[in-house]
Amino acid sequence: MIHAYKLNGYNIILDVFSGSVHLVDEVAYDAITHYEDTPREELLAQLMDRYGDREDVTREDLEGCFEDIEALKAQGKLFTKDAYEGKAFDFKNRNPYIKALCLHVAHTCNLNCDYCFAAQGKFHGEDGLMSFDVGKRALDFLVEHSGTHRNLEVDFFGGEPLMNWEVCKELVAYARSIEKEKGKNFRFTLTTNGMLINDDVIEFANKEMHNVVLSLDGRKEVHDKKRCTITGQGSYDIILPKFKKLVEARGGKGYYMRGTFTHDNTDFTKDIFHMADLGFTELSMEPVVCSPEDPYALTQEDLPVLMEQYEILAKEMIKRKQEGRPFTFYHYILDLAHGPCIYKRISGCGSGTEYMAVTPWGDLYPCHQFVGDERYKLGDIWKGVTNQARQNEFKLCNAYARTQCRDCWAKLYCSGGCAANAYHATGNILGIYEYGCELFRKRIECAIMVQAAEAAQKAQEK
Amino acid sequence: MNRIQTLETRDLSASVNNGGCGECQTSCQSACKTSCGVANQPCEKCVEE
Repeated sequence: MIHAYKLNGYNIILDVFSGSVHLVDEVAYDAITHYEDTPREELLAQLMDRYGDREDVTREDLEGCFEDIEALKAQGKLFTKDAYEGKAFDFKNRNPYIKALCLHVAHTCNLNCDYCFAAQGKFHGEDGLMSFDVGKRALDFLVEHSGTHRNLEVDFFGGEPLMNWEVCKELVAYARSIEKEKGKNFRFTLTTNGMLINDDVIEFANKEMHNVVLSLDGRKEVHDKKRCTITGQGSYDIILPKFKKLVEARGGKGYYMRGTFTHDNTDFTKDIFHMADLGFTELSMEPVVCSPEDPYALTQEDLPVLMEQYEILAKEMIKRKQEGRPFTFYHYILDLAHGPCIYKRISGCGSGTEYMAVTPWGDLYPCHQFVGDERYKLGDIWKGVTNQARQNEFKLCNAYARTQCRDCWAKLYCSGGCAANAYHATGNILGIYEYGCELFRKRIECAIMVQAAEAAQKAQEK
Repeated sequence: MNRIQTLETRDLSASVNNGGCGECQTSCQSACKTSCGVANQPCEKCVEE
Protein backbone atom coordinates (compact mmCIF):
# COMPACT_ATOMS: atom_id res chain seq x y z
CA MET A 1 0.00 0.00 0.00
CA ILE A 2 1.19 3.52 -0.73
CA HIS A 3 -0.08 6.88 0.45
CA ALA A 4 0.57 9.67 -2.04
CA TYR A 5 -0.06 13.31 -1.20
CA LYS A 6 1.01 16.82 -2.09
CA LEU A 7 1.78 19.33 0.61
CA ASN A 8 3.67 22.61 0.73
CA GLY A 9 4.95 22.07 -2.81
CA TYR A 10 6.29 18.59 -2.08
CA ASN A 11 5.07 15.40 -3.75
CA ILE A 12 5.36 12.62 -1.21
CA ILE A 13 4.97 8.87 -1.55
CA LEU A 14 4.83 6.86 1.64
CA ASP A 15 5.27 3.12 1.22
CA VAL A 16 3.16 2.13 4.19
CA PHE A 17 4.44 -1.32 5.11
CA SER A 18 8.17 -0.74 4.61
CA GLY A 19 8.04 2.76 6.08
CA SER A 20 9.92 4.16 3.09
CA VAL A 21 9.36 7.77 2.13
CA HIS A 22 10.01 9.05 -1.38
CA LEU A 23 10.13 12.66 -2.42
CA VAL A 24 9.28 12.78 -6.12
CA ASP A 25 8.63 15.23 -8.91
CA GLU A 26 5.18 15.43 -10.47
CA VAL A 27 6.05 13.07 -13.33
CA ALA A 28 7.19 10.31 -10.97
CA TYR A 29 4.21 11.11 -8.71
CA ASP A 30 1.79 10.39 -11.54
CA ALA A 31 3.79 7.36 -12.62
CA ILE A 32 3.84 5.81 -9.15
CA THR A 33 0.22 6.56 -8.29
CA HIS A 34 -0.99 4.84 -11.48
CA TYR A 35 1.73 2.21 -11.71
CA GLU A 36 -0.08 -0.75 -10.22
CA ASP A 37 -3.39 -0.34 -12.01
CA THR A 38 -2.37 0.81 -15.49
CA PRO A 39 -0.61 -1.28 -18.17
CA ARG A 40 2.92 0.00 -18.73
CA GLU A 41 2.46 1.11 -22.36
CA GLU A 42 -0.78 2.86 -21.53
CA LEU A 43 0.81 4.67 -18.60
CA LEU A 44 3.74 5.71 -20.77
CA ALA A 45 1.33 7.15 -23.35
CA GLN A 46 -0.65 8.96 -20.67
CA LEU A 47 2.49 10.52 -19.20
CA MET A 48 3.79 11.54 -22.65
CA ASP A 49 0.42 13.07 -23.35
CA ARG A 50 0.52 15.04 -20.10
CA TYR A 51 4.18 16.03 -19.93
CA GLY A 52 5.56 15.38 -23.47
CA ASP A 53 5.90 19.08 -24.23
CA ARG A 54 8.49 19.46 -21.47
CA GLU A 55 12.12 19.27 -22.50
CA ASP A 56 13.09 17.00 -19.63
CA VAL A 57 10.38 14.43 -20.34
CA THR A 58 11.16 11.92 -23.07
CA ARG A 59 10.01 8.38 -23.68
CA GLU A 60 13.49 7.20 -22.71
CA ASP A 61 13.44 9.20 -19.53
CA LEU A 62 10.05 7.80 -18.54
CA GLU A 63 11.29 4.28 -19.12
CA GLY A 64 14.17 5.14 -16.83
CA CYS A 65 11.68 6.30 -14.22
CA PHE A 66 9.78 2.99 -14.55
CA GLU A 67 13.07 1.14 -14.02
CA ASP A 68 13.65 3.14 -10.86
CA ILE A 69 10.20 2.19 -9.65
CA GLU A 70 10.93 -1.47 -10.37
CA ALA A 71 14.24 -1.19 -8.51
CA LEU A 72 12.49 0.27 -5.45
CA LYS A 73 9.94 -2.55 -5.60
CA ALA A 74 12.75 -5.09 -5.71
CA GLN A 75 14.39 -3.43 -2.70
CA GLY A 76 11.13 -3.64 -0.75
CA LYS A 77 10.66 0.12 -0.70
CA LEU A 78 7.60 0.49 -2.86
CA PHE A 79 4.27 -1.33 -3.04
CA THR A 80 5.32 -3.50 -0.12
CA LYS A 81 2.66 -5.96 1.02
CA ASP A 82 1.29 -6.20 4.54
CA ALA A 83 2.94 -9.08 6.36
CA TYR A 84 2.30 -8.06 9.95
CA GLU A 85 -1.31 -8.78 10.78
CA GLY A 86 -0.73 -12.04 12.61
CA LYS A 87 2.10 -10.61 14.69
CA ALA A 88 0.16 -7.96 16.61
CA PHE A 89 -1.80 -10.27 18.87
CA ASP A 90 1.02 -12.81 19.20
CA PHE A 91 3.42 -10.14 20.39
CA LYS A 92 1.14 -9.02 23.21
CA ASN A 93 0.55 -12.60 24.25
CA ARG A 94 4.26 -13.29 24.39
CA ASN A 95 4.92 -10.09 26.37
CA PRO A 96 2.44 -9.94 29.26
CA TYR A 97 4.62 -7.56 31.23
CA ILE A 98 3.90 -4.13 32.66
CA LYS A 99 6.45 -1.40 32.03
CA ALA A 100 4.68 1.84 32.88
CA LEU A 101 2.41 3.17 35.61
CA CYS A 102 0.54 6.42 35.81
CA LEU A 103 0.48 7.12 39.54
CA HIS A 104 -2.48 9.26 40.53
CA VAL A 105 -0.78 10.65 43.60
CA ALA A 106 -3.39 13.37 44.09
CA HIS A 107 -7.07 13.25 43.24
CA THR A 108 -7.41 16.91 43.99
CA CYS A 109 -6.33 20.07 42.25
CA ASN A 110 -5.59 23.70 42.93
CA LEU A 111 -6.93 24.79 39.56
CA ASN A 112 -10.47 24.56 38.30
CA CYS A 113 -9.97 24.14 34.56
CA ASP A 114 -13.17 24.13 32.52
CA TYR A 115 -12.21 21.31 30.21
CA CYS A 116 -10.51 18.93 32.67
CA PHE A 117 -11.25 15.30 31.72
CA ALA A 118 -10.33 14.44 35.30
CA ALA A 119 -13.19 16.59 36.64
CA GLN A 120 -10.98 18.98 38.61
CA GLY A 121 -8.74 16.12 39.64
CA LYS A 122 -11.37 14.01 41.36
CA PHE A 123 -12.10 11.73 38.39
CA HIS A 124 -15.81 11.88 39.28
CA GLY A 125 -15.08 10.42 42.72
CA GLU A 126 -13.71 11.38 46.10
CA ASP A 127 -10.79 13.68 46.86
CA GLY A 128 -7.71 11.79 47.93
CA LEU A 129 -3.95 11.71 48.22
CA MET A 130 -1.87 8.59 47.65
CA SER A 131 -0.04 7.48 50.77
CA PHE A 132 3.62 6.48 50.65
CA ASP A 133 2.65 2.87 51.46
CA VAL A 134 0.26 2.66 48.50
CA GLY A 135 2.83 4.28 46.20
CA LYS A 136 5.58 1.96 47.43
CA ARG A 137 3.37 -1.07 46.84
CA ALA A 138 2.60 0.26 43.33
CA LEU A 139 6.33 0.45 42.55
CA ASP A 140 6.85 -3.07 43.92
CA PHE A 141 3.88 -4.26 41.84
CA LEU A 142 5.48 -2.71 38.76
CA VAL A 143 8.84 -4.36 39.42
CA GLU A 144 7.19 -7.75 40.12
CA HIS A 145 5.23 -7.64 36.85
CA SER A 146 7.88 -6.11 34.61
CA GLY A 147 9.53 -9.34 33.46
CA THR A 148 12.74 -8.65 31.62
CA HIS A 149 11.96 -4.97 30.97
CA ARG A 150 14.77 -2.81 32.31
CA ASN A 151 13.33 0.64 31.70
CA LEU A 152 10.28 1.26 33.88
CA GLU A 153 8.28 4.46 33.55
CA VAL A 154 6.35 6.13 36.33
CA ASP A 155 4.33 9.29 35.82
CA PHE A 156 3.35 11.40 38.82
CA PHE A 157 -0.08 12.48 37.74
CA GLY A 158 -3.28 13.86 39.17
CA GLY A 159 -5.13 16.02 39.79
CA GLU A 160 -2.11 18.03 40.71
CA PRO A 161 0.79 15.83 41.87
CA LEU A 162 2.62 18.70 43.56
CA MET A 163 -0.19 18.71 46.14
CA ASN A 164 1.38 15.44 47.31
CA TRP A 165 4.99 16.34 46.57
CA GLU A 166 6.65 14.89 49.66
CA VAL A 167 5.22 11.45 48.81
CA CYS A 168 6.48 11.82 45.22
CA LYS A 169 9.98 12.52 46.54
CA GLU A 170 9.85 9.58 48.96
CA LEU A 171 8.71 7.28 46.16
CA VAL A 172 11.58 8.38 43.93
CA ALA A 173 14.02 7.71 46.78
CA TYR A 174 12.47 4.26 47.32
CA ALA A 175 12.69 3.42 43.61
CA ARG A 176 16.33 4.50 43.48
CA SER A 177 17.06 2.33 46.51
CA ILE A 178 15.82 -0.85 44.79
CA GLU A 179 16.57 -0.33 41.12
CA LYS A 180 20.16 -1.61 41.14
CA GLU A 181 19.30 -4.75 43.07
CA LYS A 182 16.27 -5.40 40.85
CA GLY A 183 18.11 -4.63 37.60
CA LYS A 184 15.72 -1.84 36.68
CA ASN A 185 16.00 1.76 35.54
CA PHE A 186 13.15 3.98 36.69
CA ARG A 187 12.24 6.93 34.51
CA PHE A 188 9.99 9.40 36.25
CA THR A 189 7.75 12.00 34.69
CA LEU A 190 6.04 14.86 36.52
CA THR A 191 2.91 16.32 34.94
CA THR A 192 2.05 19.59 36.64
CA ASN A 193 -0.01 22.75 36.31
CA GLY A 194 2.90 24.65 37.87
CA MET A 195 1.06 26.40 40.70
CA LEU A 196 3.24 24.89 43.44
CA ILE A 197 6.59 24.92 41.67
CA ASN A 198 9.28 26.31 43.95
CA ASP A 199 13.06 25.98 44.21
CA ASP A 200 12.80 22.60 45.92
CA VAL A 201 10.57 21.24 43.15
CA ILE A 202 12.88 22.64 40.49
CA GLU A 203 15.99 21.15 42.03
CA PHE A 204 14.46 17.74 42.68
CA ALA A 205 12.60 17.50 39.36
CA ASN A 206 15.66 18.49 37.39
CA LYS A 207 17.73 15.88 39.17
CA GLU A 208 15.27 12.99 39.20
CA MET A 209 12.59 13.47 36.56
CA HIS A 210 13.36 12.04 33.14
CA ASN A 211 10.61 14.24 31.74
CA VAL A 212 8.51 17.11 33.01
CA VAL A 213 5.18 18.00 31.41
CA LEU A 214 4.12 21.58 32.11
CA SER A 215 0.56 22.63 31.34
CA LEU A 216 0.36 25.92 29.46
CA ASP A 217 -2.30 26.66 26.85
CA GLY A 218 -0.46 29.47 25.08
CA ARG A 219 -1.58 33.10 24.95
CA LYS A 220 -2.51 34.64 28.28
CA GLU A 221 -6.11 35.31 27.31
CA VAL A 222 -6.54 31.75 26.01
CA HIS A 223 -4.85 30.15 29.01
CA ASP A 224 -6.69 32.26 31.57
CA LYS A 225 -10.10 31.61 30.03
CA LYS A 226 -9.90 27.90 30.81
CA ARG A 227 -7.21 27.46 33.46
CA CYS A 228 -8.41 29.35 36.52
CA THR A 229 -7.78 29.08 40.23
CA ILE A 230 -10.56 27.98 42.56
CA THR A 231 -11.46 31.65 43.01
CA GLY A 232 -11.70 32.21 39.27
CA GLN A 233 -8.40 34.01 38.78
CA GLY A 234 -6.39 33.24 35.64
CA SER A 235 -3.23 31.25 36.37
CA TYR A 236 -0.97 32.44 33.52
CA ASP A 237 0.87 35.13 35.48
CA ILE A 238 1.40 32.81 38.44
CA ILE A 239 2.82 29.86 36.56
CA LEU A 240 4.78 31.40 33.70
CA PRO A 241 7.75 32.66 35.76
CA LYS A 242 7.88 29.29 37.52
CA PHE A 243 7.89 27.37 34.24
CA LYS A 244 10.60 29.62 32.83
CA LYS A 245 12.79 29.14 35.89
CA LEU A 246 12.32 25.37 35.86
CA VAL A 247 13.09 25.01 32.15
CA GLU A 248 16.12 27.32 32.32
CA ALA A 249 17.51 25.21 35.17
CA ARG A 250 16.72 21.93 33.43
CA GLY A 251 20.03 21.81 31.59
CA GLY A 252 18.77 20.13 28.47
CA LYS A 253 16.81 17.35 30.17
CA GLY A 254 13.48 16.41 28.65
CA TYR A 255 10.40 18.55 29.12
CA TYR A 256 7.23 19.49 27.30
CA MET A 257 5.06 22.55 27.45
CA ARG A 258 1.69 20.94 26.94
CA GLY A 259 -1.40 22.83 25.92
CA THR A 260 -4.98 21.95 25.12
CA PHE A 261 -6.91 23.66 22.36
CA THR A 262 -10.68 23.86 22.12
CA HIS A 263 -13.39 25.32 19.91
CA ASP A 264 -12.52 28.66 21.51
CA ASN A 265 -8.99 28.76 20.06
CA THR A 266 -9.05 26.92 16.77
CA ASP A 267 -6.23 29.29 15.77
CA PHE A 268 -4.07 27.29 18.17
CA THR A 269 -0.86 27.76 16.19
CA LYS A 270 -0.79 31.28 17.64
CA ASP A 271 -0.60 29.65 21.07
CA ILE A 272 2.20 27.36 19.98
CA PHE A 273 4.13 30.26 18.47
CA HIS A 274 3.52 32.25 21.65
CA MET A 275 5.15 29.48 23.69
CA ALA A 276 8.05 29.33 21.21
CA ASP A 277 8.45 33.11 21.40
CA LEU A 278 8.65 32.81 25.19
CA GLY A 279 11.75 30.68 24.65
CA PHE A 280 10.24 27.22 25.18
CA THR A 281 11.35 24.77 22.52
CA GLU A 282 9.65 21.45 23.38
CA LEU A 283 5.98 21.93 22.68
CA SER A 284 2.82 19.87 22.60
CA MET A 285 -0.74 20.95 21.92
CA GLU A 286 -3.65 18.53 22.14
CA PRO A 287 -7.26 18.70 20.98
CA VAL A 288 -9.64 18.89 23.94
CA VAL A 289 -11.21 15.64 25.15
CA CYS A 290 -14.78 16.35 26.24
CA SER A 291 -18.42 15.65 25.59
CA PRO A 292 -19.80 16.96 22.27
CA GLU A 293 -22.36 18.88 24.36
CA ASP A 294 -19.69 21.01 26.03
CA PRO A 295 -19.66 24.58 24.66
CA TYR A 296 -15.95 24.41 23.87
CA ALA A 297 -16.10 21.01 22.10
CA LEU A 298 -14.52 20.91 18.65
CA THR A 299 -17.11 20.85 15.86
CA GLN A 300 -17.25 19.51 12.31
CA GLU A 301 -17.03 23.12 11.11
CA ASP A 302 -13.75 23.46 13.03
CA LEU A 303 -12.15 20.54 11.21
CA PRO A 304 -10.97 22.32 8.00
CA VAL A 305 -9.68 25.18 10.16
CA LEU A 306 -7.66 22.76 12.30
CA MET A 307 -6.30 21.00 9.21
CA GLU A 308 -5.04 24.32 7.91
CA GLN A 309 -3.55 25.13 11.32
CA TYR A 310 -1.45 21.97 11.25
CA GLU A 311 -0.09 23.00 7.84
CA ILE A 312 0.68 26.51 9.10
CA LEU A 313 2.52 24.94 12.02
CA ALA A 314 4.62 22.67 9.81
CA LYS A 315 5.59 25.51 7.48
CA GLU A 316 6.52 27.78 10.38
CA MET A 317 8.66 25.03 11.92
CA ILE A 318 10.60 24.65 8.67
CA LYS A 319 11.02 28.43 8.47
CA ARG A 320 12.16 28.85 12.07
CA LYS A 321 14.63 25.98 11.75
CA GLN A 322 16.18 27.66 8.71
CA GLU A 323 16.37 30.87 10.73
CA GLY A 324 18.24 29.06 13.51
CA ARG A 325 15.44 29.20 16.09
CA PRO A 326 13.85 25.75 15.86
CA PHE A 327 11.26 24.24 18.15
CA THR A 328 9.89 20.74 18.51
CA PHE A 329 6.21 19.84 18.23
CA TYR A 330 5.49 16.54 19.95
CA HIS A 331 3.25 15.17 17.19
CA TYR A 332 5.70 16.09 14.45
CA ILE A 333 8.60 14.17 15.97
CA LEU A 334 9.53 11.50 13.48
CA ASP A 335 12.94 9.91 13.37
CA LEU A 336 12.47 8.05 10.13
CA ALA A 337 15.80 6.23 10.37
CA HIS A 338 15.71 5.28 14.07
CA GLY A 339 12.02 5.21 14.89
CA PRO A 340 10.05 2.41 16.47
CA CYS A 341 10.11 -1.16 15.19
CA ILE A 342 7.12 -2.86 13.66
CA TYR A 343 6.04 -4.48 16.95
CA LYS A 344 5.71 -1.09 18.59
CA ARG A 345 3.74 0.14 15.61
CA ILE A 346 1.18 -2.66 15.52
CA SER A 347 0.63 -3.63 19.14
CA GLY A 348 -1.47 -0.67 20.25
CA CYS A 349 -0.81 1.97 22.89
CA GLY A 350 -0.39 -0.61 25.65
CA SER A 351 -3.21 0.61 27.91
CA GLY A 352 -4.46 -2.13 30.20
CA THR A 353 -1.56 -4.39 29.32
CA GLU A 354 1.90 -2.79 29.58
CA TYR A 355 0.55 0.50 30.93
CA MET A 356 -1.89 1.04 33.80
CA ALA A 357 -3.11 3.82 36.04
CA VAL A 358 -3.12 3.52 39.84
CA THR A 359 -5.60 5.50 41.94
CA PRO A 360 -4.69 7.03 45.33
CA TRP A 361 -6.27 3.94 46.90
CA GLY A 362 -4.31 1.42 44.81
CA ASP A 363 -6.96 0.44 42.26
CA LEU A 364 -5.76 -0.41 38.78
CA TYR A 365 -7.32 0.98 35.61
CA PRO A 366 -6.31 0.48 31.96
CA CYS A 367 -5.14 4.09 31.74
CA HIS A 368 -5.64 7.49 33.35
CA GLN A 369 -8.63 8.24 31.10
CA PHE A 370 -10.62 5.26 32.45
CA VAL A 371 -10.05 6.09 36.11
CA GLY A 372 -13.33 6.64 37.90
CA ASP A 373 -15.30 4.35 35.59
CA GLU A 374 -15.84 1.36 37.88
CA ARG A 375 -16.68 -0.92 34.96
CA TYR A 376 -13.11 -0.55 33.82
CA LYS A 377 -11.42 -1.31 37.13
CA LEU A 378 -8.92 -4.09 36.42
CA GLY A 379 -7.97 -4.98 39.98
CA ASP A 380 -5.59 -3.52 42.53
CA ILE A 381 -1.88 -3.37 43.31
CA TRP A 382 -2.13 -6.08 46.00
CA LYS A 383 -4.09 -8.76 44.15
CA GLY A 384 -3.05 -7.68 40.67
CA VAL A 385 -5.37 -7.85 37.66
CA THR A 386 -8.51 -9.74 38.69
CA ASN A 387 -10.83 -8.53 35.93
CA GLN A 388 -9.21 -10.72 33.32
CA ALA A 389 -12.09 -10.42 30.88
CA ARG A 390 -11.70 -6.66 30.77
CA GLN A 391 -7.94 -6.90 30.35
CA ASN A 392 -8.42 -9.33 27.48
CA GLU A 393 -10.43 -6.66 25.65
CA PHE A 394 -7.41 -4.36 25.88
CA LYS A 395 -5.09 -7.14 24.74
CA LEU A 396 -7.06 -7.17 21.52
CA CYS A 397 -6.52 -3.46 20.86
CA ASN A 398 -3.96 -3.16 18.10
CA ALA A 399 -3.46 -1.78 14.61
CA TYR A 400 -5.53 -4.58 13.12
CA ALA A 401 -8.37 -4.70 15.63
CA ARG A 402 -10.78 -2.49 13.68
CA THR A 403 -12.06 -3.21 10.18
CA GLN A 404 -12.12 0.55 9.50
CA CYS A 405 -8.33 0.66 9.98
CA ARG A 406 -7.71 -2.06 7.41
CA ASP A 407 -7.28 0.34 4.51
CA CYS A 408 -5.91 3.26 6.53
CA TRP A 409 -2.38 4.24 5.56
CA ALA A 410 -1.70 5.74 9.01
CA LYS A 411 -2.27 2.65 11.14
CA LEU A 412 1.44 2.02 11.66
CA TYR A 413 1.69 5.53 13.15
CA CYS A 414 -1.22 5.38 15.60
CA SER A 415 -1.28 1.61 16.15
CA GLY A 416 -5.06 1.67 16.12
CA GLY A 417 -5.45 4.85 18.15
CA CYS A 418 -6.46 5.74 21.67
CA ALA A 419 -8.80 3.23 23.34
CA ALA A 420 -10.19 5.92 25.63
CA ASN A 421 -10.99 8.25 22.75
CA ALA A 422 -12.70 5.37 20.96
CA TYR A 423 -14.67 4.52 24.07
CA HIS A 424 -15.77 8.09 24.74
CA ALA A 425 -16.77 8.64 21.11
CA THR A 426 -18.52 5.33 20.45
CA GLY A 427 -19.01 3.50 23.76
CA ASN A 428 -16.60 0.79 22.64
CA ILE A 429 -12.82 0.66 23.00
CA LEU A 430 -12.72 -0.96 19.58
CA GLY A 431 -14.76 1.84 18.04
CA ILE A 432 -13.43 4.57 15.78
CA TYR A 433 -13.11 8.21 16.81
CA GLU A 434 -13.10 9.44 13.23
CA TYR A 435 -12.61 13.11 14.12
CA GLY A 436 -9.42 12.22 15.98
CA CYS A 437 -8.32 9.99 13.09
CA GLU A 438 -8.68 12.85 10.63
CA LEU A 439 -6.55 15.13 12.79
CA PHE A 440 -4.03 12.37 13.35
CA ARG A 441 -3.61 11.63 9.64
CA LYS A 442 -3.11 15.32 8.95
CA ARG A 443 -0.45 15.56 11.65
CA ILE A 444 1.47 12.61 10.22
CA GLU A 445 1.27 14.03 6.69
CA CYS A 446 2.72 17.27 8.03
CA ALA A 447 5.38 15.48 10.09
CA ILE A 448 6.57 13.53 7.06
CA MET A 449 6.51 16.67 4.95
CA VAL A 450 8.80 18.44 7.44
CA GLN A 451 11.25 15.54 7.08
CA ALA A 452 10.96 15.64 3.30
CA ALA A 453 11.61 19.38 3.27
CA GLU A 454 14.79 18.87 5.29
CA ALA A 455 15.93 16.08 2.98
CA ALA A 456 15.24 18.25 -0.06
CA GLN A 457 17.25 21.09 1.42
CA LYS A 458 20.18 18.80 2.22
CA ALA A 459 20.10 17.39 -1.32
CA GLN A 460 20.13 20.91 -2.71
CA GLU A 461 23.12 21.89 -0.58
CA LYS A 462 25.21 18.96 -1.88
CA MET B 1 16.97 8.24 -9.83
CA ASN B 2 16.56 11.76 -11.08
CA ARG B 3 12.87 12.05 -10.34
CA ILE B 4 12.78 10.14 -7.04
CA GLN B 5 14.63 11.00 -3.83
CA THR B 6 14.32 8.23 -1.25
CA LEU B 7 14.71 9.37 2.35
CA GLU B 8 16.70 7.27 4.77
CA THR B 9 14.15 5.27 6.77
CA ARG B 10 14.17 2.27 9.07
CA ASP B 11 13.13 -0.87 7.16
CA LEU B 12 10.01 -1.97 9.00
CA SER B 13 10.05 -5.39 7.37
CA ALA B 14 13.56 -6.01 8.70
CA SER B 15 12.49 -4.89 12.16
CA VAL B 16 10.36 -8.04 12.40
CA ASN B 17 13.66 -9.77 13.13
CA ASN B 18 15.55 -7.14 15.12
CA GLY B 19 12.69 -5.38 16.95
CA GLY B 20 10.32 -6.14 19.79
CA CYS B 21 12.54 -5.59 22.84
CA GLY B 22 9.81 -3.42 24.41
CA GLU B 23 12.26 -1.05 26.11
CA CYS B 24 10.88 2.02 24.35
CA GLN B 25 8.67 4.57 26.04
CA THR B 26 4.97 3.89 26.41
CA SER B 27 3.15 6.11 23.97
CA CYS B 28 1.06 8.01 26.51
CA GLN B 29 3.89 8.55 28.96
CA SER B 30 5.53 11.54 27.35
CA ALA B 31 3.32 14.49 26.59
CA CYS B 32 -0.01 13.76 25.07
CA LYS B 33 -2.09 11.72 27.57
CA THR B 34 -5.13 12.12 25.34
CA SER B 35 -4.30 10.49 22.01
CA CYS B 36 -2.15 7.68 20.72
CA GLY B 37 0.93 8.20 18.62
CA VAL B 38 3.55 5.49 18.48
CA ALA B 39 5.71 6.69 15.62
CA ASN B 40 7.28 9.51 17.60
CA GLN B 41 8.77 7.27 20.26
CA PRO B 42 12.50 6.72 19.75
CA CYS B 43 13.78 3.15 19.50
CA GLU B 44 15.89 2.36 22.58
CA LYS B 45 18.07 -0.07 20.67
CA CYS B 46 18.81 2.52 17.98
CA VAL B 47 19.60 5.12 20.65
CA GLU B 48 22.06 2.75 22.35
CA GLU B 49 23.74 1.90 19.05
